[in-house]
Amino acid sequence: MSKLALLAAKGIDKRFGGVQALSDVAFTINHGEIYGLIGPNGAGKTSLFNVLTGIYVPDGGEFVFDGEPLRGLKPNDVAARGIARTFQNIRLFANLSALENVMIGRHVRTHAGVWGAISRNAGTRAEEAAIHKRAYELLEYVGVEKRAHSLAKHLAYGDQRRLEIARALATEPKLLALDEPAAGMNATETTSLKNLLAEIRRDGTTILLIEHDMKLVMSVCDRVLVLDYGKKIAEDTAAVVQNDPKVVAAYLGGEVSLNLKGTH
Amino acid sequence: MQNVFDTRNNPQLAWAGIALVAATLLVLPFALTYAGTFWVRITNQAILYCFLALGLNIVVGFAGLLDLGYIAFYAVGAYVYALLASPHFDLHLPFWVILPIGAAVACLFGVLLGAPTLKLRGDYLAIVTLGFGEIIRIFLNNLSQPVNITNGPQGIATIDPFRLRTFNFSQRETILGLDFTGPVKYYYFFLAALIAVIVINMRLQDSRIGRAWEAIREDETAARAMGINTRNIKLLAFAMGASFGGIAGGMFAATQQFISPESFILVESVMVLAMVVLGGMGNIWGVVLGAVLLSFVPEILRFTVEPVQKALFGRMLLEPEVIRMLLFGMALVGMMLYRPAGILPSALRKRELEGGKT
Amino acid sequence: MVNGLTLGSVYAIVALGYTMVYGIIQLINFAHGEVVMIGAMVAYTVIVTLTGAHTGLPPVLIVLLGLLVAIPACMGVGYTLERIAYRPLRRAPRLAPLITAIGLSIILQHLALIIWSRNPLPYPQIIATVPYQLTSTPNGATITNVQVAIIAGSLLMMGGLLLLVYRTKLGIAMRATAQNQEVAGLMGIDINKVISLTFVIGAALGAVAGVMVGSYYGIAHYQMGFILGLKAFSAAVLGGIGNLAGAMLGGLLLGVIEALGAGYVGDLTNLCNLASWSNALAARCESDPNLTLFGSNYQDVFAFLVLIAVLIFRPSGLLGERVADRA
Repeated sequence: MSKLALLAAKGIDKRFGGVQALSDVAFTINHGEIYGLIGPNGAGKTSLFNVLTGIYVPDGGEFVFDGEPLRGLKPNDVAARGIARTFQNIRLFANLSALENVMIGRHVRTHAGVWGAISRNAGTRAEEAAIHKRAYELLEYVGVEKRAHSLAKHLAYGDQRRLEIARALATEPKLLALDEPAAGMNATETTSLKNLLAEIRRDGTTILLIEHDMKLVMSVCDRVLVLDYGKKIAEDTAAVVQNDPKVVAAYLGGEVSLNLKGTH
Repeated sequence: MQNVFDTRNNPQLAWAGIALVAATLLVLPFALTYAGTFWVRITNQAILYCFLALGLNIVVGFAGLLDLGYIAFYAVGAYVYALLASPHFDLHLPFWVILPIGAAVACLFGVLLGAPTLKLRGDYLAIVTLGFGEIIRIFLNNLSQPVNITNGPQGIATIDPFRLRTFNFSQRETILGLDFTGPVKYYYFFLAALIAVIVINMRLQDSRIGRAWEAIREDETAARAMGINTRNIKLLAFAMGASFGGIAGGMFAATQQFISPESFILVESVMVLAMVVLGGMGNIWGVVLGAVLLSFVPEILRFTVEPVQKALFGRMLLEPEVIRMLLFGMALVGMMLYRPAGILPSALRKRELEGGKT
Repeated sequence: MVNGLTLGSVYAIVALGYTMVYGIIQLINFAHGEVVMIGAMVAYTVIVTLTGAHTGLPPVLIVLLGLLVAIPACMGVGYTLERIAYRPLRRAPRLAPLITAIGLSIILQHLALIIWSRNPLPYPQIIATVPYQLTSTPNGATITNVQVAIIAGSLLMMGGLLLLVYRTKLGIAMRATAQNQEVAGLMGIDINKVISLTFVIGAALGAVAGVMVGSYYGIAHYQMGFILGLKAFSAAVLGGIGNLAGAMLGGLLLGVIEALGAGYVGDLTNLCNLASWSNALAARCESDPNLTLFGSNYQDVFAFLVLIAVLIFRPSGLLGERVADRA
C-alpha cells in the first residue's frame, strides 16, 4: 500500500441470500482526500459502508486501514481504529440533547469507568470537563451550538444531519464516512455543508462520501468510485468519471448525456 | 428532583426541605415504634426493596434491559450470608466481610447470566432471565441432596445478626436514654447504606458510563458505531445491578435470621420490576417511591381489609393476600395503559414514551 | 416415550397459541398459559356438575360438553385480553405490553383462585383408561385410550390450523398481517379483526389443551397455567417462534425430551454407579442404591435449560427466523 493511501479495499464480496450486493469491489482512498461513492439506487453503496464499519462481515476480500487490516472487527472496534460514520436515515439519540449526543461521541477516546464515575476523583472530573468542552466546540464547528440543549429529535432536519457529523467527529476519526449527508437539503444548506466538508478536510480528516447530489459530488470530491449492481464500474477523478459513458449508462440507461459540471 | 428540592434556584427552600426530610427520617423509627416494632420491620424491608429497585433500575431504567429474574441475585446474596454466618457450616464471619463477598458472588452470577444472553432481543432476554431466576430457585430448593449445601426447602435458620465487636444489631439496648430495639438499629444502618447507594446511582447516571447506557437504550446500532462496546457496557449494567441485589440479600438474611427458597419466587422479581416501572423507570427518586409504596400498601391493606370485610360481610370473603395480588395485577395493567412513564417519570423516559404517541 | 408424545402434543397445541400471536404482533402473550388454565377450570366445573347431577350421559359426552363450554369461554377471555390490554399498546415500546401481560396473568390467576379456590381440583375420572399393548412383550410400551385421544386430537387440530392458515382467505390475511401490518391494512385487510381472530383461535386451542391436561393428569389448579405456559413457550422457541410447524415440532420434541430426560438424567447422575471409586460411596450405596445428583425434581429445569440453550446457540430455533438483535 502506498504511503498516501489511508484505506485500501480489495476483492470485497457480500451476498445476502440470493442477492450479490457487492462483487469484487476494490478501491483506494488517499490521506486528505474527499472521496465520493456514487451509483444508482441499490448499487451497494450503503452495503459497502456496512461492510467497512463492521456491521456486516464480508464474504470475501479485505480492507487495509492505515497500514493494518480491518479483519473481523466489530463496529465499535472499527470506530476505535478511526473510522466514524453517519447513517442514511439519521440515527441520532433522539431523546438526548444535542450536546449529550456529541458527548457520547467522546466515549471511545475517554476512559472513566465505574470507579471513576462513583468516586468522581480529580482525573474523572477533569475528563468530564474536557468532554463537555470538546462537545460544545464541535457543536460550534458544525454550527448547531445554539440548540445545544434541545433534544435531538426537535432539531431541524439540516441541523440533525450536521449534529450527526459533529457526533462522528467527536470520535476523532481518521476517516469520516458520511452516508448521504445532503439528502433532503436545499441549495443553501448544501452549500453550507460543502463548506463544512472542506473545513473538515483542511483540518486533517479524510472523508468518504455517499451522495446522490451530483453537483455536490462533482464540486467537492477529489476522486469518485462508481458502483452499479455491486460492481465497480469506474474509479477516477470527478471530471473523468462524469464523462465516462459507462457511468452515464448506469444512471440513465445510456440515452442522454449528463451535464454535471459543478458550478457552485 | 426539580421543584422543591432544587438547590440551585431556590437554596433556602431547598435546604429547608432537605433538613425537614432528614429530621423526619432520623426520628421515624421511634415514632413508628409507638405503633409497634412491626412497623419498623416493615420500614426496614421497604428499604431493602429500595435497594433492589435501585439495582434493577440500573439494568432496566438506565440500560434498558428487561430482567425478570432479578430476585436471583437477592437470593444469592442472602444464601452467601447465611452459609457464612450461621450454624449450618458453623462459620461465623463478620458482616462487613460477608457483604462484599455476597456482592461479588452476585456480580459473578450477573456476568455469567449476561455474557451469553445480552445479545437477545428484549422479550427474549426477559424470558431467559425469568428462566434463570427460576433455575436458581429450583437449585436452592434441591441442593440438599446428596451434599447438603442449602438445606433445601427447609431453609437456613438462626443466621447471625450483624455484630461489630460487642455491638449486636439484634439486641435491644438503651443508648443515650433512647430505647433501641434490634429493628431500630438496623434501620439506621440500612438508611445510611441506602443513601450511599442513591448517591452512587446518581453519580453513575451522570457519567461516561451512564451516558453510554443511555446511548444503548436509545439506539444500540448508533452507539456501537460511535465506539461503545455495547456488550461490555450492558454486562456492566447487569453486574452492578446484581451486586446491589447481593448486598441487599445479605442484609435480608441478617435481619430475618432465617431464609428459604420461598422468599425468592418469581412474584418477587415481578414485584421489584413493578416498583421500578410504577415509580418511574430511570428516575432514581421515582424508583424509591415505587419501592416504598409497594412495600407499605400491602401492609396497610392487610390491616384494613380484614376488619372491613368482617364488618360488611360478616366473614373474610377475600384474603388480603389475594386482594393485594389482584390490585397489583390491575395496577400493572392500568399503569401501562394510562401512565406508562410511571409516577415520577424520568425526564428522558417521559420524552420517549410520549414521543411515540404522536 | 408414549408419555413424552402425549405431553408433547399438549405442549404443541399451547405453543401454537404463543407462536401465532408472536408471529402476528411480535408480542409474547404471557397470559396464554392462564387461558389454558381457565379452559381446564371451566371444563372441570361443567364435568363435575354434569357428573354430580347423574344425568346418565355417557362420560365421553360429558367431557365433550365440558370442552364445548370451555372453548367459547376461553375465546371470550382471549378476545377481551386483546381488546382491552394489547390493542391500545400496539405502538408502545416493547416493555409496556410485556408488563401488561404479566399483570393480566396475575389477575387471571387470582380470579381463578377466587372462583375455584386455592386447592387443586380433582378431575372426575369418569373415562375408564384402557391400555393397549404396543409391542409384543408383556412389559412393553402401552398406550391408553386417553393418550390416543390426546395425540389424535392434537394432530387433528394442528392439521386444521395448517389448513386454515395456508388454504383459506383468512389464513392469507393472517400471514399478510404477520409480514407487514401496515401494507396489509392498505390492501384492505381489517387488521384488528385478523389480530383478534388470531388471539381467539389461539385461545380456543388453549382451551382444548387445558381440558386435555386436566383429564390426563387428573387435577386442575389455579397455578397450572404458569409452568405449562413457560414450557410451551420454550417449545415454540425451540421450533422457531413465529413458525407454526416449528411450534408443533418443538412441542413434541420438548415433551419427549422431558419424559426421557427426567428418567435418564436420574440414572446418569446416580453417583452409586461410581461406587467402585470410593469405599465411603460404596458403603453408602449398599443400603440405598440411589444417590442421584440431579433427579426428577429437576424436571422443570429442563424446559428452561432447553430454552436458554436454544436462544444462545440457535436463536432461530429449528425451523424459524432470527431473534437476536441484528447488528
